[in-house]
Amino acid sequence: MSPHPASENSGIWKLIFGRLDWSSLPLHEPIVVGTFLMVALGGAVVLGLVTKYRLWGTLWHDWFTTVDHKRIGIMYMILGLIMFLRGFADAIMMRLQQAMAFNGSEGYLNAHHYDQIFTAHGVIMIFFVAMPMITGIMNYIVPLQIGTRDVSFPFLNNFSFWMTTAGAVIVMMSLFVGEFARTGWLAYPPLSGIAYSPGVGVDYYIWGLQIAGIGTLLSGVNLIATIVKMRAPGMTMMKLPIFTWTSLCANVLIVAAFPVLTAVLALLSLDRYVGTAFFTNDMGGNPMMYVNLIWIWGHPEVYILILPLFGVFSEVTSTFSSKRLFGYSSMVYATIVIALLSYLVWLHHFFTMGSGASVNSFFGITTMVISIPTGAKLFNWLFTMYRGRIRYELPMMWTVAFMLTFTVGGMTGVLLAVPPADFVLHNSLFLIAHFHNVIIGGVLFGLFAAINYWWPKAFGFRLETTWGKRSFWLWVVGFWVAFMPLYVLGLMGVTRRMRVFDDPSLQIWFQIAALGAVMIAAGIACMFIQFAVSIKNRDQLRDTTGDPWDGRTLEWATSSPPPDYNFAFTPVIHDGDAWADMKKRGYQRPLTGYAAIHMPSNTGTGIIIAGLSVAFSVGMIWYMWWLAGLSFIAILAVAIGHTFNYKRDFTIPKDVVERTEGERSALLATQG
Amino acid sequence: MIARPPAKSRAFLRRFAPLLLLPLGACNWVVMAPSGDVAMQQRDLILIATVLMLLIVLPVMATIAWFAWKYRAKAQAADYDPDWDHSTSLELLIWSAPLLIIIALGAVTWTSTHLLDPYRPIERLDAQRKVDPTARRLQVEVVALDWKWLFIYPELGIATVNELAAPVDQPIEFRITSASIMNSFFVPALAGQIYAMPGMQTSLHAVANKPGSFDGFSANYSGAGFSNMRFKFHAMDQSGFAQWVARVKASGKTLDRVTYVKLEQPSEKVKPTYFASVEPRLFHAALNMCVQPGKRCMDAIMMTDSQGGAGKESARNTAGLRHDGTIDVGGYHPVEPGKKGEIAQPAGMTPAAERTPAERGKQAPGQQDHEGHDGH
Repeated sequence: MSPHPASENSGIWKLIFGRLDWSSLPLHEPIVVGTFLMVALGGAVVLGLVTKYRLWGTLWHDWFTTVDHKRIGIMYMILGLIMFLRGFADAIMMRLQQAMAFNGSEGYLNAHHYDQIFTAHGVIMIFFVAMPMITGIMNYIVPLQIGTRDVSFPFLNNFSFWMTTAGAVIVMMSLFVGEFARTGWLAYPPLSGIAYSPGVGVDYYIWGLQIAGIGTLLSGVNLIATIVKMRAPGMTMMKLPIFTWTSLCANVLIVAAFPVLTAVLALLSLDRYVGTAFFTNDMGGNPMMYVNLIWIWGHPEVYILILPLFGVFSEVTSTFSSKRLFGYSSMVYATIVIALLSYLVWLHHFFTMGSGASVNSFFGITTMVISIPTGAKLFNWLFTMYRGRIRYELPMMWTVAFMLTFTVGGMTGVLLAVPPADFVLHNSLFLIAHFHNVIIGGVLFGLFAAINYWWPKAFGFRLETTWGKRSFWLWVVGFWVAFMPLYVLGLMGVTRRMRVFDDPSLQIWFQIAALGAVMIAAGIACMFIQFAVSIKNRDQLRDTTGDPWDGRTLEWATSSPPPDYNFAFTPVIHDGDAWADMKKRGYQRPLTGYAAIHMPSNTGTGIIIAGLSVAFSVGMIWYMWWLAGLSFIAILAVAIGHTFNYKRDFTIPKDVVERTEGERSALLATQG
Repeated sequence: MIARPPAKSRAFLRRFAPLLLLPLGACNWVVMAPSGDVAMQQRDLILIATVLMLLIVLPVMATIAWFAWKYRAKAQAADYDPDWDHSTSLELLIWSAPLLIIIALGAVTWTSTHLLDPYRPIERLDAQRKVDPTARRLQVEVVALDWKWLFIYPELGIATVNELAAPVDQPIEFRITSASIMNSFFVPALAGQIYAMPGMQTSLHAVANKPGSFDGFSANYSGAGFSNMRFKFHAMDQSGFAQWVARVKASGKTLDRVTYVKLEQPSEKVKPTYFASVEPRLFHAALNMCVQPGKRCMDAIMMTDSQGGAGKESARNTAGLRHDGTIDVGGYHPVEPGKKGEIAQPAGMTPAAERTPAERGKQAPGQQDHEGHDGH
């Protein structure tokens, strides 16, 4: 960004603030200014309330510095939900712009603003909504399902969460200071190169993803180690709950795929910062290499998102059909096969780049092959319902909606995998409809099923159903109303990322899609009302048993919410559906013989390093080299300092365990 | 119990498939009702693949709804069996049924991908007529510029901006590149798209079967002016095309390197423009990123490299190798508040074409001259 005239000649200004100046603040964009005022007002209210009710201490000691996987899981979910509102605001703005910009109208967004919005929408929804939410669910549930007290590396878990949050903070900062990338969510060069995107937008993108990527990668390592090393005695791999299995595969994919993203973004930053020529047009660079590399990460990424939710649907279907999961081992193998195949399909994202017919056919067919294990999964859920007694609680409703919606999305996906068909559908709104069909119909519906399913475990009371059902119907119907028109528009040859249109006959379809988006907005509102009403009526909705759904896996064996140590006694496993098996065999909860429990201590290192990473990124983005240098040194110092912290664990005394478990006994006794 | 009578559902689909096409006549579903044979075959492929998949998808969706209803808790289904979790025959079915569909679809994919490969010269005008092997293909060179399309007809010696024309029933061979950003060349009525990438050449073979005017555009986001990067494709009979060529020739304008360098500066909503003559090998120079004075052509550099590279002194002077940033798209970055999203040239950056001869003179000797000699 060019310097402001007033500061143009001021070397000292440049030294301190780099390329940041008054013109970097989008004061001339009324929408952004309005948003800023609202955020500032909302933020001030929240800060005021926290101060008024003296919650800073609680927040710091019980939440920000916690290493408890359950609290970290909840914080991930809160992060995901907040970012979801931002990502959805972008979606509504896009739908509104596209519904308006006909007959010579430019709509209400100029290209500079609109192009940031669709980029931010994609980046935020994938990296800062879907990823934190699945990580949050895995964090909360996996240790409980395998009967352990925490993850393998509790500090790393806290650190991962704060790095993800730091990435989100960097991306959000771009809304008010400077600009975000105007490149599309994968920032293809040469457009994202310094020659064609000289501003700070792509740098915000790079550093936001790099910082968050560290968190994601470490969280993947952590959960793999947890699942492999910390299972309760007797829990062999083929007795692992299916959600834990899918989480394991997703985390293996994370660990294998995210380094590729890190590397490709590092190469892009080298191009942008030091003038290398990896992805430039000239000097021997090759943008096609970037496209290949980013999709070698990007395709596994979509399976990283969907696999854990496949696990959620399996758990939900089995629990609410009151029946064992049909075809457990074929589920496991299907998951593994999907995970492996997800590395063999990346080229289907760019058949139109001009590879030969044999290469395109190969990747088209491998893509189709993935639909076989995916189809097998669908059949397994179907036959789990078969001969069951299905209770239509909200999680099960979301699951049935998923099965119907996802099947259609899967079908259009296979269609896009046929290269000559892709030549006419690539980059069209048909493609947009397809991947929203699988991501909303699969990932989001799955997350909503998971939230409704495990909320009572996390908070000790159920979510109420009236608002939940309103949200469900608005979402499901809204989804179809919003995205069916996009399928149609794709078949009319309408391409993605368009800001204005010249064919007036298309407008009606965009207006229908906008209506769908409004219905989804109402669905989101109902979901938040559902949370609020449930919290208000928590006493009526209270679950004292710890097992409100007649669950089948270990997380239902402990209280709701579970004590800090999860299980007073490590359970011994004899069957895949461990808790269903324990109940069937007349399990009696032990009432004596408690021992002191060894637990990890809280630490502030994670949030401090993440805060310094934000400062480092700001320095790099705005060319404030002193800030970047100092922050980097500080990060190293804090990290090294942390290795000298020997107060890493503590013991929950026996009498505290006895008291906690005694309270639960009393509560269970009231059940009669 | 699922997908049992394929014969029945196929018969059902055969009856149902035409219904799918009904709304297409009314609206402008160009992908479903194209005017060129390649796009038509791609349309047919979409329909074949969809029907193949519906063979399994429809029974599955019906079964989901059926089981969801039949086994609801209220119904207290008598065959409830909480421990029933395995059936070898069902397992075989659930893996083999999708497998069979994918084998069929995979075969269709393999053959159609080869037959409809955009690099493969077309062999038929439509389902009935073969291409006469001696017939000449209309050559069109396509350059994606920020944010308009340049079409060069090398054999006719003419060029147009944002307007493409071709006679019906004559095979066309497009050779496609881009000046700066990746785009995708797409005329849905004619044939599928292919990326237009700087420094690289892609090809597309197609034929138009019906006269008419059709939309063409970039199908890959390429920056702020992308939405307006549209053109009309006119398919006309031979005499109409001859008249069109005469009209282009009557424009009297010449597309030489200087004009091209001006043209490649970012601009939006460019009206169709005709050039009666084109500097020879301009497409070659655009493809090799050496239209601007003082730039060395990529193919010449690659030739040098393949012969062992230039001397050490070449490391010191790379100006002739630079391409990115020489088109002033950097100027697109908004400077003045309130002008965001509009093209603003920042102070101090004059378009390369208007740089003073004195500045040009600063370029080191030994660089390629701007005649574009490619070293062959």
